[in-house]
Amino acid sequence: MYQWDFGILWSYRWLFLNGLGVTVGFTVVIVVCGLLCGLIAAFGSLSRFKAVRTLALIFIEAFRCTPILVQLIWFYYALPILAGVEMTPITASALALSLYGGSFYSEIIRGGIVSIDRGQSEAGAALGMTPRQTMTRIVLPQAIKRMIPALMNQSIIQFKNTSLVSVLAVPDLVYQSQVAAHDSYRPLETYTAVAVAYAAILIPLTILVRRGEKRMAVSE
Amino acid sequence: MSDTPKIEVRSLRKSFGSNEVLKSISLDVAKGGVVALIGPSGSGKSTLLRCINLLVVPDGGSVRVGDTRFEFGTGARLPDVKTLARFRATTGMVFQHFNLFPHMTTLRNVMEGPVTVRRMPRADAEKLARAQLAKVGLSEKADQYPATLSGGQKQRVAIARALAMEPDVMLFDEATSALDPELVGEVLNVIQQLAAEGMTMVIVTHEIAFAREVADRVVFMRDGVVVEEGPARQVIDTPQEAAMRAFLSHFHRTGALPPATAAS
Repeated sequence: MYQWDFGILWSYRWLFLNGLGVTVGFTVVIVVCGLLCGLIAAFGSLSRFKAVRTLALIFIEAFRCTPILVQLIWFYYALPILAGVEMTPITASALALSLYGGSFYSEIIRGGIVSIDRGQSEAGAALGMTPRQTMTRIVLPQAIKRMIPALMNQSIIQFKNTSLVSVLAVPDLVYQSQVAAHDSYRPLETYTAVAVAYAAILIPLTILVRRGEKRMAVSE
Repeated sequence: MSDTPKIEVRSLRKSFGSNEVLKSISLDVAKGGVVALIGPSGSGKSTLLRCINLLVVPDGGSVRVGDTRFEFGTGARLPDVKTLARFRATTGMVFQHFNLFPHMTTLRNVMEGPVTVRRMPRADAEKLARAQLAKVGLSEKADQYPATLSGGQKQRVAIARALAMEPDVMLFDEATSALDPELVGEVLNVIQQLAAEGMTMVIVTHEIAFAREVADRVVFMRDGVVVEEGPARQVIDTPQEAAMRAFLSHFHRTGALPPATAAS
């Protein structure tokens, strides 16, 4: 019978906290960059010009339809050879995760924009608004409201995906716990603690999202 | 000056794919004139209306509203978005399904055009918007969201929103077709009031009695062509064309306007 001993983890607390800091910081970066990239790709996929639409589509499908773990490894090992640019593990993984997240965000954003009734942009146009004014004043404010639950959901996935950067030796929570597990010979306790740490951050967030959804349903 | 029509449409053509919706249509609307476009669904009357403010870009012919004229067809360059926007700012449009902005209060809906398009200071725009809301009898609804209004109230807000741009002409695209019968009157009332004030208007409608009452001229369309047109009462009371007679047989042509109007 296995004897659980969580007490042993206490001596690694600074290591864990350090890793957690990297994980959270990394998530903030890839969520912000991913949203930006998703916004650009979404507008690209709705462009009047076919070339732009095609380009956006190629980007979206390339990143949506390949595994993130493969992308991470590819960005760190293959891209430097192809493009001749040297990248730190942090840059490579931030880039890969932002683009990967961006491909999913862009589909959420595009879906939100096209879900707004055509009559809304017609009404804007009839008032004399330019397409840009119609987008920023009329369509986006309504579309963003509809996108928020899905965007939050994708961001939660992004948060968990940061655990994969440990394969490139980025010192996130998972990487640090590997160190602790090897050092303490207590992998079961360590990984249980990691799972609890992820859940402890995400569950309050999901409650927040659910509450937001309910509030939005009321105002519609 | 009133010799030149306010709106002049010449040999307008429009196809959607292989479906030719407008087959060389011409239409004049005098300054202060009210023209009713009637006809069965699919006759092209809504498309014609949408071509007047270029929400639909015609394939050929020309459209002139006031001093602004656009040519379409081979060789003619399509107007750029800025030109289109400036042009549309001078023509008000009211839609069948209201198309109010659901994320803004009634007041903000009416202010949106002046603030965003005409760059009017907020305080001035608010004063203007409140005046327009008062005109359609909805002052007390200024701070409510569209979702809380009845269909008739929504459409009156939509009219106020269009009027806030102080347009030269107003276009109505089946403005009462989506309304419950008892709410039709309050909207027609507002349109009639505009006609009395001398607003130039083109009205696509199925309210034949209203067209007879309010419009100077009636244009009857079928399958993308004008079948019959002339002074409203004459065309509706004594139609010449068989198609027009067949169409009108579905309606009560005369008689009073719906109750709300008759009462006022």
